[in-house]
Amino acid sequence: MAVKRADDYQTRREHLKNLSDDELKKRFWELAEKVVEPMLELGYKNTTPAIERSVLLRMGFSSLEVKPIVEGVMKKGLMGKGAGNVVWRLSKKLGVSVREAGIGLSDGKYWDEVDKLF
Amino acid sequence: MKLDPNKKLDIKELLKDLESYRPRRRGWHWRDGRNEKRTVGDFEYHETSEGLKNYVPLPGSRGFNYIDPQPDCVITTEIASGRFEDDIRRMRMAAWHGADHMMVIRTMGQSHIDSLIEGTTQGIGGIAVTRKQCRATRKALDMIEDEVGRPINFHSYISGVAGPDIAVMFAEEGVNGAHQDPQYNVLYRNVNMVRSFVDACEAKKVMVWADILQIDGAHNANATAMKAWKVRPELMVQHAINSIFSRKIGMKAENIALSTVPPTAPPAPRMRIDLPYAVALRDFFSDYKMRAQQNTKYMESDMREATVTHTLDLMISRLTGADIQSTITPDEGRNVPWHYNNIAAISTAKQALNGMDGLREMIKLDREGPLGDEVRELKERAVLFLEEILEVGGYFKAVENGFFIDSGYYPERNGDGIPRQIDGGIGVGMIFERDKDYFAPVSVHYGYNNIPAEFKKASDAIGGDTFEDSSKIVYIDELDEYDNVNTRLKELDKYYDTNIVKPEVEWRADGIVATTIFLPLDERTAEFAAIKCGEKLGLEDVTVAHKQGLHPSEGTIVEIKGKVKFDIDISELVIPEKVPVLSEEEIRADVSAKPMSVVAATVGNDEHSVGMKETLDIKHGGIEGFGIKYLYLGTSCPVEKLVDAAIETNADAILASTIITHDDVHTKNMSKLHDLCVEKGIRDKVMLIVGGTQVTNEIAVEAGMDAGFGRGTHGIDVASFLVKRRREKQ
Repeated sequence: MAVKRADDYQTRREHLKNLSDDELKKRFWELAEKVVEPMLELGYKNTTPAIERSVLLRMGFSSLEVKPIVEGVMKKGLMGKGAGNVVWRLSKKLGVSVREAGIGLSDGKYWDEVDKLF
Repeated sequence: MKLDPNKKLDIKELLKDLESYRPRRRGWHWRDGRNEKRTVGDFEYHETSEGLKNYVPLPGSRGFNYIDPQPDCVITTEIASGRFEDDIRRMRMAAWHGADHMMVIRTMGQSHIDSLIEGTTQGIGGIAVTRKQCRATRKALDMIEDEVGRPINFHSYISGVAGPDIAVMFAEEGVNGAHQDPQYNVLYRNVNMVRSFVDACEAKKVMVWADILQIDGAHNANATAMKAWKVRPELMVQHAINSIFSRKIGMKAENIALSTVPPTAPPAPRMRIDLPYAVALRDFFSDYKMRAQQNTKYMESDMREATVTHTLDLMISRLTGADIQSTITPDEGRNVPWHYNNIAAISTAKQALNGMDGLREMIKLDREGPLGDEVRELKERAVLFLEEILEVGGYFKAVENGFFIDSGYYPERNGDGIPRQIDGGIGVGMIFERDKDYFAPVSVHYGYNNIPAEFKKASDAIGGDTFEDSSKIVYIDELDEYDNVNTRLKELDKYYDTNIVKPEVEWRADGIVATTIFLPLDERTAEFAAIKCGEKLGLEDVTVAHKQGLHPSEGTIVEIKGKVKFDIDISELVIPEKVPVLSEEEIRADVSAKPMSVVAATVGNDEHSVGMKETLDIKHGGIEGFGIKYLYLGTSCPVEKLVDAAIETNADAILASTIITHDDVHTKNMSKLHDLCVEKGIRDKVMLIVGGTQVTNEIAVEAGMDAGFGRGTHGIDVASFLVKRRREKQ
């Protein structure tokens, strides 16, 4: 919860006051690095609809085409596989181009096939 | 398409073949030729970059042979009219004045749209940032940069819940700079914090590939906090979080710019507060670039006041260093910026930066006194802030506890920060853990990616992605049948390449004009009286843009704006022919064959001398340079004295300068000069020439002169006239 606190800078700074400017700077960046570590870890392990849309865009789909694909992948509970992965595997399974597979999904086709991909 | 400076940028032509247009380069561009001394005109500069091929110099450059030295830092202008087709024209004007960073503001609400948007719908407070708008703008900027002779950076925002989508589109469309800071989403857009940081990982990775310069969002804390200077320790923390987070994702330090604003403005004693902050920041962030923004927090509707604040901002930039100098238009306190106020802001920056060129070689910041103490204290407060973030369990916990945007000067806490919950906000529940067999078949990706063994790199699975083969990009033109650029162009067709014109400030033919009115009334009465004035002037939708009481009862200044109801047909205008001048050689030959002398002075009680001296002086391209002899009698010269001198020296002409126009004194002096010459019997022999800022040839001739010269006259215009007139008289 949000706290209210008078300015206790003078007492808080005790452990910093004898640091040189360079030591203080070093400490600043070490602390900052520690702060962002968990966020980098989260980014490493997770994905989001926006990330998956960005993958599909780069695979050669338009913004209108990527939205229903990602929504379908979410509905199927396959986000952990990657939406691009779903399209790629589907294209291999059906023996069609990546573009054709993706357009099909975007149009509501092939979703039954998707169940058998993983 | 190549631009001709004498022709308007043809927007209809620009929109042709957009589907196949590809940007010609990627990445950010710093100005060339920095960190070297350079001679421009009469001066040596120490903090400039290479000059432009085409430019509009500062008005004051008239006294320096129209030089236009370009400062060393990139200069930004923010353009946000809601119609990109009008923004492009403004960008062209801005580039000629020295801007090389065009920042496009997004339309209201775009950050909450969970997708790219397409087409050219009209925006509010900015444009809908879409592929078509980016492509058309980049295409225009490619032409404009050829015209001015300097690469131009195009910039917008990679934030909101479609950050990775936008990053990809920007990378594909040659956008050069972008705001990207997950903290901005969290604090000001209430996007779920985990989502915001996870998305940012991918967006930043894409930015790294595209060599897009990143600007963070910390400056928003200045604008949001109740007392902007209290959040200085927090600002350093916010900068640090985004900077180190980006570094860890692979962004190089020189592509990371801190968005920093001097937090206060006069009447606060700002140098004592803002300067130590600027120094502390540059100490801690010595590896990174500084994007110096100007203060908006304490801006009111007074453009003069804003300009002074912004000039002081520029002083801090020159004293502490800035890599990108952003500008805020002086009218931002009253409306969405108008065309000419973008130019005003760019000119303020150019003017102040030129004026303070090399300042740091002569003035050193004294760290021994209060400056050093304050710098140290700020840095310690920032370190303490980071310590407490870790103590409470990390960034997310700190945000939940309302650490950020608290109005207390850390470690002081007032309990009024912006708290966000880890399981709240837009896009919550949209985080999915990647499975062991997660795969993203693209060439650039952050985090875990299980690339099948048969492929060397992920995108081999699809035979290359759009970053490797741009022909795979799918271009969407328009989605809205009515709200698009074609409709707007059709509606305003009357004003495109026709004789019909209407005043404008923001959009083509918006009809808006502004006028300044002083009324000897109290502020409240003056406001309504001014609106009535506007209505009587024939304006529609009259509103007050600015007012300031100069005394409780003696008077108020009011600036009003309104729309004109009429069009102007330029084919009906009566524009006097511009008189062609003789060549320099022809004038010299004529004067050499038959010498010519003149007497000159500023007449009446008038101490202005600059214009006359420039007309006479060889150094400024004056008539002396053509061999014409002159006798200069100085300022405030009685007309009688001037005529007597002409008789005494047997002069061919009298040159009289008259600047003051109060009570028509200028035309009265002209008539007096003419009458006196007639009286003394020399009028047939002597040519009478007058000049001055308010003089026109028509006024002068009517008052009995041979010719009149106004603003912008050069020595050659006068010399050419004298030679031609003398030939006629022979």
